[in-house]
Amino acid sequence: MTRYDGNAIAGTLEDIFGGDLTTAACVCGQCGQSGVVAEIAIYFGGPGIVARCPYCDHVLLVITRHSGMYCVDVTGFAQLSTPSALA
Amino acid sequence: MARTAIPGRLTWQQATVVETRFDTPQVKSIALTVPGWSGHRAGQHVDVRLTAPDGYQAERSYSIASAPEDGYVVLSVERLDDGEVSPFLVDELRTGDELELRGPVGGYFVWDEPLGGPLFLVAGGSGLAPLRAMMRHHRATRSEVPVRALCSARSLEALLYREELMELAACDPFDISITLTRVQPSAWRGYRRRIDSDLLAEVAWPPADRSLTYICGPTAFVETAAAGLVGLGHDPARIRTERFGGTGVQP
Repeated sequence: MTRYDGNAIAGTLEDIFGGDLTTAACVCGQCGQSGVVAEIAIYFGGPGIVARCPYCDHVLLVITRHSGMYCVDVTGFAQLSTPSALA
Repeated sequence: MARTAIPGRLTWQQATVVETRFDTPQVKSIALTVPGWSGHRAGQHVDVRLTAPDGYQAERSYSIASAPEDGYVVLSVERLDDGEVSPFLVDELRTGDELELRGPVGGYFVWDEPLGGPLFLVAGGSGLAPLRAMMRHHRATRSEVPVRALCSARSLEALLYREELMELAACDPFDISITLTRVQPSAWRGYRRRIDSDLLAEVAWPPADRSLTYICGPTAFVETAAAGLVGLGHDPARIRTERFGGTGVQP
């Protein structure tokens, strides 16, 4: 399945969270690696969007949409913090 | 219930096609006017939404290839034969047509003049689009930040913005390198292979210069370039990447 990165879901994330989330700092709940949302692995092949840790492949985020309503599962992160993590 | 756009909130907007032009046989640049466009940062993108007569919708994200200072929002769309959206945009869309989009979005893969440099821009195939926005922004702001760019394409025919790159290469702060990975003209004086560690070592700034690097292209290309630079001693925190998946063929 084709792998993209967090930049590709900037619009969807902004639609859900009301601001840019691609520069947010995040920590994987499985391996503990930290990074920014723009760098996480994204897959579009299934019925929704699946985001995985680029280091250990742990599922970080799942977004599905039905009848105009988003269902967002973010339990894979140990931490997700805004605003921007960029200096 | 009537919906009112909330200022600052991301909403779908109607853009109008002003001009279309083939940049390569597979890539078409589409210039758009967007009423009330709030302006963008170089490197940002927009989501495009197509709606079929039966109501089925498909969304795709495209980098903006124009600078904030340019008059239009330009998208350079590569035609993917098995694509749901790109064949329509490349084959069907005409001047005067309307297109639904939202944006600009993304605050990570962006370069504004105050971020400085020196800059190293690495493009695989149509990954050149957001980097072209950065170079145009650089020129429009008369930036003195030195820029090195490495563009990889399968052939000269497949190289985006050829003439513009040649013009840039003649300008002082720009140093443009091109590698053609499959087919080269007989008198070709540029590089002739896929990017690797040796090529990056030759073209990139020395790690001690702490360049700010932007890499955009198919996933495998971006991984190779980023890992190569880190292997050469570049600080991963100074490397920003954008992967647009696999386009079926490696640039």
